Amino acid sequence: MASALINVPRKAKRGEIIEIKTLMSHIMETGYRHTSTGEVVPRDIITSFSCRYNGTEIFRADLFPAIAANPFITFFTVATESGKFDFEWIGDRGFTETASASITVE
Amino acid sequence: MMGVVPVVTLRPVEATPAMLAAAVRNVVGEAVVRTGKIKLDIPPLVENGNTVPMTVSVSSPMTPDDFVRSIHVFNEKNPQPNVGNYYLGPRAGRAQISTRIRLADSQKVVAIARLSDGSFWSATADVVVTLAACTDEVI
Repeated sequence: MASALINVPRKAKRGEIIEIKTLMSHIMETGYRHTSTGEVVPRDIITSFSCRYNGTEIFRADLFPAIAANPFITFFTVATESGKFDFEWIGDRGFTETASASITVE
Repeated sequence: MMGVVPVVTLRPVEATPAMLAAAVRNVVGEAVVRTGKIKLDIPPLVENGNTVPMTVSVSSPMTPDDFVRSIHVFNEKNPQPNVGNYYLGPRAGRAQISTRIRLADSQKVVAIARLSDGSFWSATADVVVTLAACTDEVI
């Protein structure tokens, strides 16, 4: 099944700006390709990604077929407190995946 | 021909095809989109349109009073004009995102930032693609 790769620093100083890198394995079928018999291959993409930091949403993205397969997204946040990042991917055909990562803020 | 003065007009939206312009209007409404503040890093020449690395950054202090609300990326010649919408806030610290996109043809890519004061800023890049992303290939 689908799997996520998350890169979050394990430790950070309070107030430090940290980079978060995420990758979710997914075909991101555009819905614009067709088979040799002329049938359109139905769209199957991730449409939404979000990241919560100790429960508060800090980043969200809408994805379209123009995003490459295995969506890779990086963004930044300020390390405010120790705790947990929760990631969620939502897509076509009922696709949902979650992942999480912990951080210690000193 | 006499007396013609070259005038550089900043028309990042109007100068692009209708679908792209409509997608941009959908986001910015009637607001004026200015060039600047936002930087679109994308290779000018890519061999494989199936995965093109792209980084968008906006110069902003990212304080509670002055921050980037969202970044929107569009393209000119894929079947759909939207590439991605990214919603940030002052907690981001740095207004920068990276991702990998598909380009079905050599074309313009447009990034627009919406700031907390309601202003919109854009950057445009031309990308030449030698192997296009397979939008209509037979599989």
